[in-house]
Amino acid sequence: MDDSEHESSDGETIPREAISRRDLIAGAAGAVGGAVLAGLPSLAGGQQGPAKVVKAAATAAPAAAPVSPYPPIPDDPTKILGTPTAPVGARSRFVVAVRNPTGQVTGTSLTPLQDLTGTITPADLHFERHHGGIPQIDPARHSLMIHGLVDRPLIFSVAEIKRFPQVTRVHFIECSGNGRSSFRDTKPEQTPQQVAGMTSNSEWTGVPLKVLFNEAGIKPQAKWFLAEGSDAAVMTRSIPIEKAYDDAMIVWAQNGEPLQPAQGYPLRLLLPGFEGNSNVKWLRRLELGTQPWMTRWETSKYTDPLPDGKARIFSFEIDAKSVITSPTFPAAITKGWWPVSGLAWSGRGKITRVEVSTDNGSSWTDATLHGPALKKAHVRFTHMWEWDGRETTLMSRATDETGYVQPTRATLVKVRGIGTDYHFNPIYGWTVKADGHVFFHGET
Amino acid sequence: MRRAWLLGAALVAIPTLTSCNGDSAANAEPVRRYALGRTASADEITKWDIAVGPDGANLPPGSGTVDAGAALFKAQCANCHGANGEGIAPAYPALIGRDPKGENFVFDTDFKITRTIGNYWPYATTVFDYVRRAMPHTQPGSLSNDDVYALTAFLLAANQVIPMNSTLDAAALRKVKMPYVDRFVRDDRRGGHEVR
Repeated sequence: MDDSEHESSDGETIPREAISRRDLIAGAAGAVGGAVLAGLPSLAGGQQGPAKVVKAAATAAPAAAPVSPYPPIPDDPTKILGTPTAPVGARSRFVVAVRNPTGQVTGTSLTPLQDLTGTITPADLHFERHHGGIPQIDPARHSLMIHGLVDRPLIFSVAEIKRFPQVTRVHFIECSGNGRSSFRDTKPEQTPQQVAGMTSNSEWTGVPLKVLFNEAGIKPQAKWFLAEGSDAAVMTRSIPIEKAYDDAMIVWAQNGEPLQPAQGYPLRLLLPGFEGNSNVKWLRRLELGTQPWMTRWETSKYTDPLPDGKARIFSFEIDAKSVITSPTFPAAITKGWWPVSGLAWSGRGKITRVEVSTDNGSSWTDATLHGPALKKAHVRFTHMWEWDGRETTLMSRATDETGYVQPTRATLVKVRGIGTDYHFNPIYGWTVKADGHVFFHGET
Repeated sequence: MRRAWLLGAALVAIPTLTSCNGDSAANAEPVRRYALGRTASADEITKWDIAVGPDGANLPPGSGTVDAGAALFKAQCANCHGANGEGIAPAYPALIGRDPKGENFVFDTDFKITRTIGNYWPYATTVFDYVRRAMPHTQPGSLSNDDVYALTAFLLAANQVIPMNSTLDAAALRKVKMPYVDRFVRDDRRGGHEVR
């Protein structure tokens, strides 16, 4: 039940017999909500993506003809008045971009990388990973406590946190379990979402952690801090204090609005470039100490078995990585020019180069990096490619500012072993068959 | 020598670059206190500070036996983790087991080898800390300290770490050494040209 867990990143299901009464109540509420949404065209239509509506209609009432939540499409949209303004915008009925899988209290939902462009992940499509569901928190009753090896143990309200000097920065968050299933099972029928959908990129706003630490006065013997969330798992991770004085933040906003509940509303720890799990959501407590606490999430989980009977612990940083997001499974292409487009990122700084191969790794060409390549952020790359109709495999390979080059899967297996459990960043391939159908190629 | 000098110059340059970045108003701010927040009282700290250290720091009073833990496991844990702690794949992890294939810490060779408390977890205190804060899954934080000591004792005994007739309290738990603690090594990845 951890993303750490082997199958959980791709569709774990909670055994029926283990579901509690509380889960059943929550599930029933969800089903009712779905049915209501499916039957309320004018109110629900603007807010619901098509996939959700179709799903709700299919599961709730297969016999009844579903009522379209959308107005009819005229032959000529210039000859009929359009629909009015709405409190919250919605995606076009023709856009299907949804996280998957969903409905898991303890589990993951992955970002549909193949449906997105640019670098910013819409907040409502940011991947999710929860260890005890999404807590419902009233920000007026939430607070953040800093204590332990400090001169002044302090409690801040959320409103007070927002009065400190603030910064706004773009950073990715990637779960270090991202790519586990495609590393272990390289089956061709996998989308970018399934292969690498546990990474997302946002503009975050918050206070640098060092500002809060200065407020509390950190004692010189403090070397680590514990970050604790207020979810049902009371999630905890130990973080080296150097990160606080580098670029750690306590964030309350994402992409211009308050954090979504699934992303830690009202307060989240942001550790740029560090594995997602350490970016503790629903943050309520920071404790300063001399050594790590060795919590479950940094010992039993989020440790990396290695050859020679060892396991790496506190492996925070995300190695440089890239993935082509188009063309990819299940698309089919025709002969002619296509943009090969994808994302690259590194937890150690800027991406300096992305190379693309259109001949199964025999030769490589520098792709175009779009916009400024920011530190510890997704960067979009594209490479224009003319397909001649012969079967081939597309690949991408990222280099970061430390000189680290994204390795092949074979190299990772050699240095870490097939059984290693985190930090999967192999070169990914996409094979274009002669008929134009594209399939995942993981054996790089 | 020259490399060392260049490195030094780069380090000196970093604060200047950062403060000129424009995106980091807080970095440009003088270091000062803003007199926000209020003093956390001892009671408030005690109420939330449930984290236990690997040296047993902050373990609460109380105690529990393996037998009491076995009964609690049957009543509160077996529904999800299985009658023998074998887990229900893939959602509920196995807790108990010393699969011979899993001994000697060869987890790099096969991801199907089950990792359990006995063959993987480096610190016994983690069992106490995690069970107290997050278990049972649907009623987290509902167990008494005595219950958590008993469950910890049962889980450690069932994993052949401590004898079946054990009683655990703070003093006893902090003395338990897990079989594979020495196998855990700090991260040696540093970027650069080497893939580790």
